[in-house]
Amino acid sequence: MSNEKDEIYLHAEKIDKIYPGTKALDQVSFDIKRGKVNVLIGENGAGKSTLMRIIAGIEKPSAGKLYLQGKEVEFDSTVDARSHGIAIIHQELCLFPNMTVFQNLFMSSERTKNGFLDDAEHRKLAKQVLARLNYPIDPDTMVGALRVGQQQMIEIARNLLIPNLKILIMDEPTSSLSEQEVDVLFNIMRELTATGISIVYISHRLEELMRIGDFVTIFRDGKLVADAAVKDIDVPWIVKQMVGEGKSYPKRDEAVDWEKTEKVLEIKDLTLPKNGGGYLLNKVSFDLHRGEVLGIYGLLGAGRTEIFECIMGMRPTHTGDVILNGEKITIGSVPEQISKGFAWLPEDRQRDGLIQTMNIDKNIALSNVGKYINGLGLIDKSRESAATDEMIKDVHIKVADKELPILSLSGGNQQKVVFAKGALTNPQIMLLDEPSRGIDIGAKTEIFNLIYQYAKKGVSLLVVSSELEEIIAIADRIIVLSNGIKTAELTGSDITQDNLVKASYMGHKH
Amino acid sequence: MNKNDVIMTILKGRTLIVLTLLVIFFSCASESFFTSQSLLLIAKHVALYGILGIGMTYVLVTGGIDLSVGSVVGLSGMIAGLLINHGFTMFGYTFYFSVPVIVLIAIFIGVIVGFINGIIITKFAVAPFIATLGMMYIARGAANLTSNGATFPNLVGKEALGNTGFEIFGRDIAGFPVAVMILIIIAIVAAMVLRKTPFGWHILAIGGNERAAKLSGVHVDNDKIMVYMFSGACAAVVGIIATSQLVASHPMTGNTWEMNAIAAAVLGGTSLMGGVGTIVGTVIGAFIIGVISDGMVMCGVSEFWQMIIKGLVIVLAVIIDQYQRSLQARMALQARNENK
Repeated sequence: MSNEKDEIYLHAEKIDKIYPGTKALDQVSFDIKRGKVNVLIGENGAGKSTLMRIIAGIEKPSAGKLYLQGKEVEFDSTVDARSHGIAIIHQELCLFPNMTVFQNLFMSSERTKNGFLDDAEHRKLAKQVLARLNYPIDPDTMVGALRVGQQQMIEIARNLLIPNLKILIMDEPTSSLSEQEVDVLFNIMRELTATGISIVYISHRLEELMRIGDFVTIFRDGKLVADAAVKDIDVPWIVKQMVGEGKSYPKRDEAVDWEKTEKVLEIKDLTLPKNGGGYLLNKVSFDLHRGEVLGIYGLLGAGRTEIFECIMGMRPTHTGDVILNGEKITIGSVPEQISKGFAWLPEDRQRDGLIQTMNIDKNIALSNVGKYINGLGLIDKSRESAATDEMIKDVHIKVADKELPILSLSGGNQQKVVFAKGALTNPQIMLLDEPSRGIDIGAKTEIFNLIYQYAKKGVSLLVVSSELEEIIAIADRIIVLSNGIKTAELTGSDITQDNLVKASYMGHKH
Repeated sequence: MNKNDVIMTILKGRTLIVLTLLVIFFSCASESFFTSQSLLLIAKHVALYGILGIGMTYVLVTGGIDLSVGSVVGLSGMIAGLLINHGFTMFGYTFYFSVPVIVLIAIFIGVIVGFINGIIITKFAVAPFIATLGMMYIARGAANLTSNGATFPNLVGKEALGNTGFEIFGRDIAGFPVAVMILIIIAIVAAMVLRKTPFGWHILAIGGNERAAKLSGVHVDNDKIMVYMFSGACAAVVGIIATSQLVASHPMTGNTWEMNAIAAAVLGGTSLMGGVGTIVGTVIGAFIIGVISDGMVMCGVSEFWQMIIKGLVIVLAVIIDQYQRSLQARMALQARNENK
């Protein structure tokens, strides 16, 4: 637990945030300590960004209170939060690429002289702040012409200009910075904390938070699960807290000797270069047997989703061999991959999985509707409808009328619709990316049962999950990715939380 | 049935309700309005906007827009006029084609224009508004070049050249305008394709969520190109009908008609955001525009007031559309909470 001597600058008391269908934050009480680097960590959707958006005045909590130096406060907008000295640097940059560096720095806090913009003053102040950042860029450079890392520094500089800055929230500021730039940033952060400014730092890079953090707070599933002073802990402790060990699911236990079953898919040396150097995937090889559930585990950014994107033809720059049923194949477009027998359930259901303007029936049939045409080229509605009816029954979608809009379903049932869309194409291999994301516990179990049901039918499934308990329960075999490298392949009794956790940060060299 | 369901039913049938009210209103306001003669005349005008609107609906449903259709009307009419009056000259020889061949050539030109639009939009990632705006100028310029801005008059052809009969598309058969027959045929086929073929579902999906459609295996680029080709073909057909009705082709024919096409689609409930639209709605929308224009002429309303009223009707239609959408979203959320 934290040291009592540290002054608490901001205190969030029992914050709830409820979105339709999900609870993003559940009774979270959180302290920001004055003059310290407060690190937040957790998987995507754990609730850390939501909490920061509340503190920065972007969103309002459904319940709970904020106290600034012991006084209750309520922020109606970012402007409101800024006037209290709270600033946020978003993961996605909020800059104007069509304007110059100094114009960006002083956007909406322009200095004027006789009612006109005082650009001489702007340039002078811009030079000062950039010098302070050790970043001598000409203030007249267009922001669009800068590299992403440089733009990140502009974003930071912009927040340093806020008069009486008290809390600076940084959401993954280093994701696009080079090593040197990270060093500069860390120096700035130390300089800021020395002057009494509190920093909230969100990052997925565990080695970084060990270097810069003073306090660490870990989020999981909308709850604050642990906090500690960084000097008291180590990386394995953090990973263990992140992935949790509370709930457990019945372990899938198939008495099958997978070595003796038929190999359906073989991936050899799958490599995907990253823009600007390095690799998203580095020589990843694995195989998949008929009726097997192969888990892919890894922390965020380990390359989990990228494997699926390569297989589905979304990443033409990849290299390596894909062998399907003993034959080497070339990866084509998405429709070609579907016709080869792949089906993909993407991670972000709303963005990539559903057509919100269409009804349930059409969403299910979308990938396969070309199969239900008669001699005139028209859709044979009775065949199409029979197929979707059967699918609805097969995957247990609870719906009274399949002509209802897709958004009238709960998250779990929406997910089953996406699953049904893939399953209807009669795939031999299903790629499931975080199939239980954003759905309640009951629906999760149903999704797992669906996975077993399809494995039993002879479909081979690749399942990405960032929840340890979940992947241990459902997978026959698990490969672990870390920083784009396959660091472990576990079967049988080797599948333990410790082994998975250990392998999940082995790819990081620091 | 609760209150929301009743409101929803009225909203869904609103275009037909509005059309009926307009017909009743103008029948009372002008004695000559509700006669078979004037109704057929209105139908002839409506056919032009209706066919353009059907092509436009396909484009709008994918989330795009086609501003070039008015110019394609002019271009295809000029091509038809040129081929009838002057034939096609190559290596010093002049060929004359029969009317069916001329019609096919004119439609082919429209398809090519649409194909180019589609390629620019999908392969070069140019926004549909800009790509088709450019094409609007190019096609209008090309239409003027065919005659140096002059009119091709008296397009009746010559018996000796075997190219007579072009004026049929502007005439009536058994008292029924050919243009309206063409509208009915195109509307039925277009409605069937949109509702009952995989292609139709795919273009609705593209407009609804292009990313998800792509990941579901929809050939997004190809389908979009097809949609612009169809819109170009519809515009070419309108060019032929309009030219035939006048028995002359003028290079400025169809100027600003793209706006009427968009208005017809929007009045019929097609969303400019994509993913939502019906052919029946667009045809009714075209009738609303036709009835308002011609009805006001018969009532002696000045041209300037006509513009203002048309503008108001279009904006009002979209406001109601937005209201329907927000109500729909609320009802979906309600249904979802009840399911829990």
